[in-house]
Amino acid sequence: MFRFILTRLGLVIPTFVGITLLTFGMIRLVPGDPIELLAGERGVTPERHAQLRAEYGFDKPVLEQYWNYISGVLQGDLGKSITTKQPVVEEFFTLFPATVELSVFAIFLAVAIGLPAGIIAAVRRGSVFDHTVMGTALTGYSMPIFWWALLLIIFFSGILGWTPVSGRISLLYFFEPVTGFMLIDSLLSGQEGAFRSAVSHLILPAIVLSTIPLAVIARQTRSAMLEVLNEDYVRTAKAKGLSPGRVITVHALRNALIPVITVIGLQVGVLFSGAVLTESIFSWPGIGKWLIDSISRRDYPSVQGGILLIATTVILVNLLVDLVYGFINPRIRHTR
Amino acid sequence: MTKPLSPTDTSHGPDAGSTSPPGPFKEFWNYFCENRGALAGLIVFIMICLMAVFAAWIAPHSPSEQYRDSFLVPPFWSDGGTTRFILGTDAVGRDIFSRLIYGARYSLIIGGIVVSLSLTVGIPLGLIAGFARGVTEIIIMRAMDIMLALPSLLLAVVIVAILGPGLFNAMLAISIVYLPHLVRLTRAAAITELSKDYVTASRVSGAGILRLMFITILPNCMAPLIVQATLSFSSAILDAAALGFLGMGAQPPTPEWGTMLAEAREFVLRAWWVVTFPGLAILITVLALNLLGDGLRDALDPKLKRQ
Repeated sequence: MFRFILTRLGLVIPTFVGITLLTFGMIRLVPGDPIELLAGERGVTPERHAQLRAEYGFDKPVLEQYWNYISGVLQGDLGKSITTKQPVVEEFFTLFPATVELSVFAIFLAVAIGLPAGIIAAVRRGSVFDHTVMGTALTGYSMPIFWWALLLIIFFSGILGWTPVSGRISLLYFFEPVTGFMLIDSLLSGQEGAFRSAVSHLILPAIVLSTIPLAVIARQTRSAMLEVLNEDYVRTAKAKGLSPGRVITVHALRNALIPVITVIGLQVGVLFSGAVLTESIFSWPGIGKWLIDSISRRDYPSVQGGILLIATTVILVNLLVDLVYGFINPRIRHTR
Repeated sequence: MTKPLSPTDTSHGPDAGSTSPPGPFKEFWNYFCENRGALAGLIVFIMICLMAVFAAWIAPHSPSEQYRDSFLVPPFWSDGGTTRFILGTDAVGRDIFSRLIYGARYSLIIGGIVVSLSLTVGIPLGLIAGFARGVTEIIIMRAMDIMLALPSLLLAVVIVAILGPGLFNAMLAISIVYLPHLVRLTRAAAITELSKDYVTASRVSGAGILRLMFITILPNCMAPLIVQATLSFSSAILDAAALGFLGMGAQPPTPEWGTMLAEAREFVLRAWWVVTFPGLAILITVLALNLLGDGLRDALDPKLKRQ
């Protein structure tokens, strides 16, 4: 197991270095003067230009510049936002909980619906239920989620008037963030109705964000279950006279879950991609919206830092999934 | 190939299937037609293609003509709608139906260009990685892993942020984003094929490396690549629409479906039709392509055939 962890870690480091190369190079690839881009000042005087050039270290050789960049990164220094003059790391971690809350809720929805739907579809292969689930899953998988979000807004906010259109909580409630997670904070605040308000703000974005993972999980669960249900040990379990429920949940599902867990882990990237769209539509104050806003404000230090932090998060979650995978499936950690 | 061709040879005739085994295409077609969903996807896709080609004849209005007397007219079956504008008009009085028909051109061109770009770069890279092994392979595959560490839409957004917004840059960004999957697939397929006897035979008889790559091995790796290309085509349409929606793809007044949705966003609670139809067009096109891709995979994948 230890060796397995070491090999996985060994794969993570070059990927991380590659990402830093990408974000380091990015600012130099953007058309325009990188110094003016980084400082957010346009048309500066030659003296100011030289001063900024020295400040950002552009007068040094590229290798040294990269070395300075990466040592800053490792110490948590990702530069300052042009628009707010705040350190990028601080901005990122203030907004990060909002995205995590939304993503966790979305993945919870996706697993809670997708897993049982996939299992039942596999067990009743060829039935009306199977066709309905697979048809719905394919539609969900093909869904332009930004449009789906607008449709839900038309129906639930426009026609029914059940849910608010934007934000995380009604402006009627105000309390100091404790955990950064609105659902928990609203409960801790003890204000009546605050929790309900937080849930009603969360529900539509979470449905939108969960759509594609749900479809993928349902499809993957079904195909993994179908494969396992044909195995000899499932036949043996049935022959022993075990109840169908036990055969499905204990013998088949445990083995079918292995590929499903990988797929769930892979959804982290999908969630971040989806968060960019979902948060922009619902004005959800998270990382996705912040990144898009930073791009349209040409706030390059924020974009640079944001990309690095998002990529690092994805790498770390994938590493975690790999390790969990190796833990539950001994075959993986013993073959190299 | 070894069979002598005589004038009485009917293997290309209409009833060839009854006497000789079906050819590879016929066999594929039989499997493909068994899948009704895939067939439906193919038919819808062909219809969309025809719509795009003959847009100028089908569309009742010009996609950019602004009728100043008809802003936000609802579809003809709603109150206040007219048959002059079947699906209604948008906020500046343009016919939505005509814009959707012209929009099909953009989506198909986007899909086509993205897929051809990433295939022309991805296949050689994958073949090189599979052939060269060693350091070259490690460098290529590590670079692909780095790209995979970034969520696809985010990577596309970043590339557009570097290159600047616009339809062409969006297509370029999406092509780059799809590279890793293609490179991995090609490399894996090439490595499997490389160990087979027919490749050794070809090598022994003196085939050069380029001939081995593109003439001996590549045709045998096509099945997974065709499936991936179909699925990339649909994802490209989705991602380009998403970029258009975020204001980073095609710019207004282009009748690209995602851009149309972006323009319609502020009318979401006032005029449902401006929002509903462009998205529906995206969904139908992508769904048809995904059905087609699933069908192709089932028909081309020998593992599934045996079941």
